[in-house]
Amino acid sequence: MAKVNIKIEGIPFEVDAGLTILEAAKQCGFEIPSLCAFNHGECSKASCRVCLVEATGARGLVASCVYPVAEGMEIRISSPKAVAARRVSVELLLSNHNRNCQECDKNGKCELLHVAKITGAQEDRYVGEKTPVTVDMLTPTIKRDTSKCVLCGRCVERCKGAHGIGILGFENRGFKTIVAPAENRSFINSPCIMCGQCINVCPTGALMEASEIEKVDAAMAQGKYVVVQTAPAVRAALGEEFGMKIGTPVTGKMVAALRRLGFKKVFDTNFGADLTIMEEATELLNRIKNGGTLPMITSCSPGWVNYAEYYYPDQLSHLSTCKSPHEMFGAILKNYYAAKIGVDPKDMFVVSIMPCSCKKFEKGRPEMENNGYRDVDAVLTTRELGKVIRRAGIMFDRLPDEDFDTDIVHDYSGAGVIFGVTGGVMEAALRTAYFVLTGKEREGIVFNEVRGFQNIREAEFELAGKKIKVAVTSAMKGAKVLLDQVREGKSPYTFIEIMGCPGGCINGGGQPYVRDVFLPNEDADIMDTYMEKRAKALYSEDERQTVRQSHNNVQLQDLYKEYLGEPNSHLAHELLHTHYNANRPRFD
Amino acid sequence: MAHLSEAAVKQITEICNRYADEKTPLMMILSDVQREYGYIPLEVQELVSEKTGIPVAEIYGVVTFYSFFSLKPKGKYVIGCCLGTACYVKGAQQVIDKFSEILGIKAGETTADGLFTIDALRCIGACGIAPAVSINGKVYPKVSVNAVAGIINEYKAKENA
Repeated sequence: MAKVNIKIEGIPFEVDAGLTILEAAKQCGFEIPSLCAFNHGECSKASCRVCLVEATGARGLVASCVYPVAEGMEIRISSPKAVAARRVSVELLLSNHNRNCQECDKNGKCELLHVAKITGAQEDRYVGEKTPVTVDMLTPTIKRDTSKCVLCGRCVERCKGAHGIGILGFENRGFKTIVAPAENRSFINSPCIMCGQCINVCPTGALMEASEIEKVDAAMAQGKYVVVQTAPAVRAALGEEFGMKIGTPVTGKMVAALRRLGFKKVFDTNFGADLTIMEEATELLNRIKNGGTLPMITSCSPGWVNYAEYYYPDQLSHLSTCKSPHEMFGAILKNYYAAKIGVDPKDMFVVSIMPCSCKKFEKGRPEMENNGYRDVDAVLTTRELGKVIRRAGIMFDRLPDEDFDTDIVHDYSGAGVIFGVTGGVMEAALRTAYFVLTGKEREGIVFNEVRGFQNIREAEFELAGKKIKVAVTSAMKGAKVLLDQVREGKSPYTFIEIMGCPGGCINGGGQPYVRDVFLPNEDADIMDTYMEKRAKALYSEDERQTVRQSHNNVQLQDLYKEYLGEPNSHLAHELLHTHYNANRPRFD
Repeated sequence: MAHLSEAAVKQITEICNRYADEKTPLMMILSDVQREYGYIPLEVQELVSEKTGIPVAEIYGVVTFYSFFSLKPKGKYVIGCCLGTACYVKGAQQVIDKFSEILGIKAGETTADGLFTIDALRCIGACGIAPAVSINGKVYPKVSVNAVAGIINEYKAKENA
């Protein structure tokens, strides 16, 4: 790569040509404060004006997040002019900001407070009128509070960039500008898929998950039999809430913490994932055998399901009818397990700990109940779990490692664990489909072809003499490509896995925020590598499991023998399968 | 949400098709829609979004950014009051206030009978005849507060004729 010579504060450096000043400075060990720039300019429109520096060859100060370095450029970050300008930029942002920081859930992870601190913006110098405020609390998933918004546009870029749907945009002009869905509607009245990626990039408390902590508190206070299940991706990231290195698996400590929080039973959603695989692999094979609708597409990700309903209502028959793992598990807990342990299902309260903000929406779908019992009663994100653990005074890093509860629904296979990462559901399903079709285990159970983070990955396998092509994608940009093929009747695939969030659940809308400025002990490239690290935590847990295929989960076999009959049985269909809504208006 | 008539769908689709080869067609499409359809409600934005692949929120952002675009139907007579610097110093604010007072609507609004809309314009390039008012293309020079009632009556009379 071509290099250029620059000077920062008079010190010569050689950096890659084409970098922005912000990126180049970072390579040379200077952190220029910024709010709108996010990870290599994924979201930078030079809108926040916090990263101003002096650079030779430029008129006035430049926004370093977009201004490229050039040969011989001399950059001053700490000249009095640049320092003062950055401080004024932040002061102006603060002047239109709702500064009730102690009430704000972003406190401690707020980038606006961070840049205020480092730029020295403390004085309240610009007192006056504020932009009229919208607070959207209508969705069970995302809360939008424009009084906290700094108009950086990261959410706008993430929604448009990852999903191509662009629910959020800048509205009006000048002082009245806000970031909102069209017509400043609630997310619930717009075709938002509620993945929560906007929450993950928001630098302030403008976009947050809708909290259900109080709901869980109330159930505990009412003396309900409160049980909890945790999704695979949570264990790969929860440690981050307590300052642990990204990618540290904390399964044992998480279980110990949940017990200390008063949950009667602590279960692993992986059991539900194994159940999903049994149902889904069987469904796939039936579709292949009986000439059903193909390709079949996974349905574990509620963000993806929302997308399909809004944007491809004519293609819903391609979606597997399987409920997602935690809903399946909830149904089993209420309808089978409760009776087993002598608890009235109406007194049982199922909490799911999820890496996903959209699961909050999914659990409220009318389809997600059986015999009058909601499958799942409350969903807390990984971040919310971090919050209640801190609230309870539990010193997470000093916890012993404990095991999940060991009665009837404890066992899980490695296949269940990898559900949390893009490609994982596909791999888990293939492991079982191979067995069901051939009657023997595949040699080498790892399907490397479907692993990784490339936008669309495809592979071809031979299943009992038949060649099948599969594809995997995460985030809706890739989904659109695959679905357009399906719509045109040109899809070469038999089975497709789609997850709503880029990278899958490990990067879900409920996972801990990853900001390099708050992670001084991580590698410099952590913004590029955190997903891999979280994924590795899951793949290594899979490797440690003795049982790595869902169909070899002994307790699951018992559940079928004793209760469900066989996969896709009538009872299984009633409890574990669902249907989709082709009539959701995009704007209503 | 209201649905577009078949004729409207055809009209908007035709406008979108005009700029199918453009790299950034949005402004051109919206300008034509505003001129030919009269306004750009959300239903129309959705259709434009479908045809161009540009998100509705982005289109809505553009529509609400430029005062030329309108989310609601405009009146039969659009009273454009120039508030550019020259007109302003010559008393344009009083003129637009008088229009508001008589018609009972604020700038940007339309009368209930659908006859009049008042638009506050920035410089329309007629500084020599400030304060200038333009109604459906007809320019009224050096408008005084006292002349406002007469101008309105001119159009009301036309309607009653």
